[in-house]
Amino acid sequence: MRVGRSSVRRRTLGAGLGKSALYERYRTDAAAICTQHLSMARTPVAAAKYGDNQLLAKVATGIAGFDEISLGGLPRNRTTLVMGGPGTGKSVFALQTLVGAAAKRKQAGIFVAFEENIDAIFANAAVFDWGLPALARKRLFFMNAQLSPAFVATGDFDLGGMLAMLEAKQLEIGAQWVVFDGIDVLLSLLRTPRARMREIYRLRDWLTRRALTTIITTKIDGEGAATDAANYGFMQFMVDCVVRFDRRMEQGIPVRRLEISKYRGSAFAPGEFPLSFGPHGMAVASPGVTDIPQQVSNERASTGFEGLDEMLGGGLFRGSSTLITGAPGTSKTTLAGLFAESACARGERTLFVSFDEGGDRVRRNLRSVGIHLDTHMKSGLLQMYSGRTDAVNPEEHLLRIAAQLAEFQPRCVVIDPMSAISRTGALSSARAIGNRLLYMLRDHQITAVITALVEGNDPQAEATELQISTIADNWIQLSYLVRGGERNRALTIVKSRGTRHSNQVRELILSDTGLALAELYSSGGEVLMGTLRWEKESEEKSRMLLRNTESAHKRRELEFVEADTAARITALQLDLERHRAALALYARDDAARQVSSGERQTEVRRLRGASEADAAVHGPKRRAAKTSRNGNGQERARRGQ
Amino acid sequence: MARSERAVASKRMKKGVAAESGTTVVVMRLYIAGRAPNSVKAIANLDAICRQHFKAGYKLEIVDVCEYPRRALDDGILVTPSLAKTSPSPGANVIGNLSDTSSVLAALGVRSASAT
Repeated sequence: MRVGRSSVRRRTLGAGLGKSALYERYRTDAAAICTQHLSMARTPVAAAKYGDNQLLAKVATGIAGFDEISLGGLPRNRTTLVMGGPGTGKSVFALQTLVGAAAKRKQAGIFVAFEENIDAIFANAAVFDWGLPALARKRLFFMNAQLSPAFVATGDFDLGGMLAMLEAKQLEIGAQWVVFDGIDVLLSLLRTPRARMREIYRLRDWLTRRALTTIITTKIDGEGAATDAANYGFMQFMVDCVVRFDRRMEQGIPVRRLEISKYRGSAFAPGEFPLSFGPHGMAVASPGVTDIPQQVSNERASTGFEGLDEMLGGGLFRGSSTLITGAPGTSKTTLAGLFAESACARGERTLFVSFDEGGDRVRRNLRSVGIHLDTHMKSGLLQMYSGRTDAVNPEEHLLRIAAQLAEFQPRCVVIDPMSAISRTGALSSARAIGNRLLYMLRDHQITAVITALVEGNDPQAEATELQISTIADNWIQLSYLVRGGERNRALTIVKSRGTRHSNQVRELILSDTGLALAELYSSGGEVLMGTLRWEKESEEKSRMLLRNTESAHKRRELEFVEADTAARITALQLDLERHRAALALYARDDAARQVSSGERQTEVRRLRGASEADAAVHGPKRRAAKTSRNGNGQERARRGQ
Repeated sequence: MARSERAVASKRMKKGVAAESGTTVVVMRLYIAGRAPNSVKAIANLDAICRQHFKAGYKLEIVDVCEYPRRALDDGILVTPSLAKTSPSPGANVIGNLSDTSSVLAALGVRSASAT
């Protein structure tokens, strides 16, 4: 099924279709091919065979990026037309493809130069590390097809002879490739459009018969002169693949681009892609592979700054990219330098890319804050690359950095500042470069620290400038807080993927001994730093002291009140007890008095010698007396009436 | 290889009127591509020009590029038909089917006025 899917992609036709149309087409094709596969090929092996026979075979050009956007390279045994203005890189494209095939796959090829002298071609190619002279001896044949100005054209002529010669040469060296460089020069000698058409036909027939993989380059003036339009229109129809090259000035810097405008029987990445030239030749800025096999590391690498490591939960993840943004002078470079130093100290190869500042100057500046890179530089662990950004196309820088990555194989990379590349050239291309650089570093599993300058203090500003903050794994924002006539540095971790990171703003303190992070001091909802912080702190301290004294005093006072009250309670208690005791005493006295009076009566009676009867009479007598008293009452009541 | 090609080619050489009287003999080589229409035309045109204008004598060698591609390559031939004048100096190169007689003569350094 895997095979089926990949073949679907190659089958899809992309020429002249819009994005949505392409998608629709892709879907329908995919559906059609899937059913075909299901009905015709049950096993993966059979499917693969079927796919190979049925689909367009491609040959990789070996040009970085181009094979990705063309989804495999140029059509095998077919013709590709390369069009563009002067100096856009058509010839380099053709020659590099030929050289790549000869060097990597040992395929022989013929280069027919209509426009340039063979010696000039060799001289031009000498700037690239292709080893062209050696290859040319072994597998390449260069045909000098320049018509000297001394040639006089008298009447009609044709390419029959040339093709016969090429055929002989092809058989001799077993060539699989042929390049016609600058066919417009030849065609311009043909006087009538009919003759031109006839020769184009002749050429096509011959190429088809010889089954050569062909690249034809042709110049077009700007938008393509009207007279050429007919020919090239026809040629575009005739060939299977058309690649257009373009060179434009963008803010004073030339930007070269290429676009695949037609690819018969194949899908391709639509749109224009910037291209650049480096020591290995041309490279096309492909948007990159969509499915990147990325291993994720849980290993942490120190930033070289203890406080920051702590905030990041132990350091940076291996292979992650960290963006440090900040206004000028917020010590972005210092942080980057710390990272580089610690990486070297761990014995990891580190590449320090500094834009607009020489390596020596960067090292000197870092020395002043206690970061010493010179020894690592000598030991070869550290490599510095400095580039000026005012004259060089950002693409060039990217390519040079890529070359350094390939050669030096660093584990850690510092880019300081990334924002420099956006100063020159178009912002859109600078953005694309930023993205590609980040992806490139990620693909190499390189732990990267990238700084970017932000004008002003708005942390959102970076997000709109290079837009790498969205791709970077970590984003550290450095800013100034201006208060009380002072600028103080503050550090915030805006994001840190896969890490529980501190969300606090910290004060970054720079001294001779290095960097330190201070806990944030906030007072009354305000962040305080520097002298203001010190003032506030001491003020707070004295106030605290005062408060402490006050409260101690108050406590003592209260303690006294408490003690006083307690004492009073004790006194009252004692008083109460005394009263109770007095009361009890009184009650006892009373009882004793009653008892004694009773006893006295009996004693008196005993002493009087009164009998028992008397005693008995005495009782009723008392009762009678009582009633009489009542009677008296009644009497009194009657009397009252 | 190249040598045998040349030997065969020279057999195809057409000889014009021999020039014994010391006047300059024009030496030319015409490269053609088999029986291609332009090549056939070029031979006929050149034949006519020679007969008419090179009374003093000429040497013409006709090389069929289809048969001797190596030789044509070595001679730096590109398109056919193509005529190269090697002697007397200066040499000249004329491409095309030679239908424009006056420009052919001008290129070969022959005054058409004296030729008539």
